[in-house]
Amino acid sequence: MNTLTTRTPLATYVVRHADDNVILGQRLAEYISRAPELEEDLAVANFALDHIGVAQHLFAYASAVEGDGRDADALAMLRSEREYTNLLLVEQPHADFAEVMARQCFFDAYQVLLWRRLSASTDETIAGVAQRAVKEATYHLRHSSGWVVRLGDGTDESHGRMQHAVDRMWRFTGEMFEGDDLDREMAALGVGVEPADLEEEWQATVDSILEEATLTRPADPYQATGGRRGLHTEFLGRLLAEMQWMQRSYGGLTW
Amino acid sequence: MVSAGPATESDVREILRSVVDPDLPFLSIEDIAILRDVHLDEGGAVRVSITPTYSGCPAMDVITEDIVAVLTGAGFVDVAVDVTYAPAWTTDWLSDEAREKLAANRIAPPGPIGVVDEVLCPACSSHDVRTVSEFGSTACKSIMVCTTCREPFDHFKAI
Repeated sequence: MNTLTTRTPLATYVVRHADDNVILGQRLAEYISRAPELEEDLAVANFALDHIGVAQHLFAYASAVEGDGRDADALAMLRSEREYTNLLLVEQPHADFAEVMARQCFFDAYQVLLWRRLSASTDETIAGVAQRAVKEATYHLRHSSGWVVRLGDGTDESHGRMQHAVDRMWRFTGEMFEGDDLDREMAALGVGVEPADLEEEWQATVDSILEEATLTRPADPYQATGGRRGLHTEFLGRLLAEMQWMQRSYGGLTW
Repeated sequence: MVSAGPATESDVREILRSVVDPDLPFLSIEDIAILRDVHLDEGGAVRVSITPTYSGCPAMDVITEDIVAVLTGAGFVDVAVDVTYAPAWTTDWLSDEAREKLAANRIAPPGPIGVVDEVLCPACSSHDVRTVSEFGSTACKSIMVCTTCREPFDHFKAI
């Protein structure tokens, strides 16, 4: 459990899911205006908005649970890299559109399963956020998996680039199903889920997408880990530097 | 205050009819079912519950400010707005009137959840329509085009 982030187990649990969403939201926002066509700029902007919205609600809840005066903005903007507990997958930079969609597809497939289970959480606020988010994640997955299939089962060029993207993101997918003491504690209370319980269905979903896309499921068994403990890839620090610059430079500024 | 006697919750709801969704200004927050609950206690304190259509709906802050502004303007001193998430908003909550207003504004209304959405062109009522973009100008809409009359239009997604 990461005691650096928050003091209560519930707040820590809520914050890790908020972290996944705010970091992916920021990554997607970086891509707006760089998509291959206008419709995809709109799609990426909408994805980002949904993820940041989820993060905002969860940070606000964590702040209320913790009650130490740190509001949602402070949790998002004033925690350092080692205090962030997002999955490594969402902080990965993207070299092209194929990588944006591969990362999105793997994460959407996970979030559909996660939010579906959390919709039945004994914690009313988590259940409410999850019931809202599961619909969005389902719509996102339809779009992202659609692109994995179109590009995978496309030209030699698009197939090669999508395969490369899948290979590059694959090593960050195992971490989604690891689970730690906090996950077990929250699952036992009926508040959270055991990540391992989501794995089989995730594998089945992704396998069928990859098959339809004529892509090869990566064989490399190496899986990176550490995000939930605050141990990140080199990319998170730079992302946070950009995201947090305003609040760090002009403390407490508002519109 | 609307009535001469002590204000009631229906007075509050009546005042709130002027608060609209800034992205769909022909729909009040009641039409679009963002308004979930109104509570007025004996001391005159008003608590209004709203729910977001989408997690990242950027209109929530403006709507909150508008609610506080109209109620404060009507003489209520103690006004609080809280955001509720459960049950999650669904397009099934849109009233028939709201659907008619959407269509009248050239936005194809959503069909019922769980059935294949049969979208009609809001300009010529043709069934012959196709999706141009799954995401549109706001989170709740996609962009479509009518193959019969060639008119592009927004579709309010069924969720």
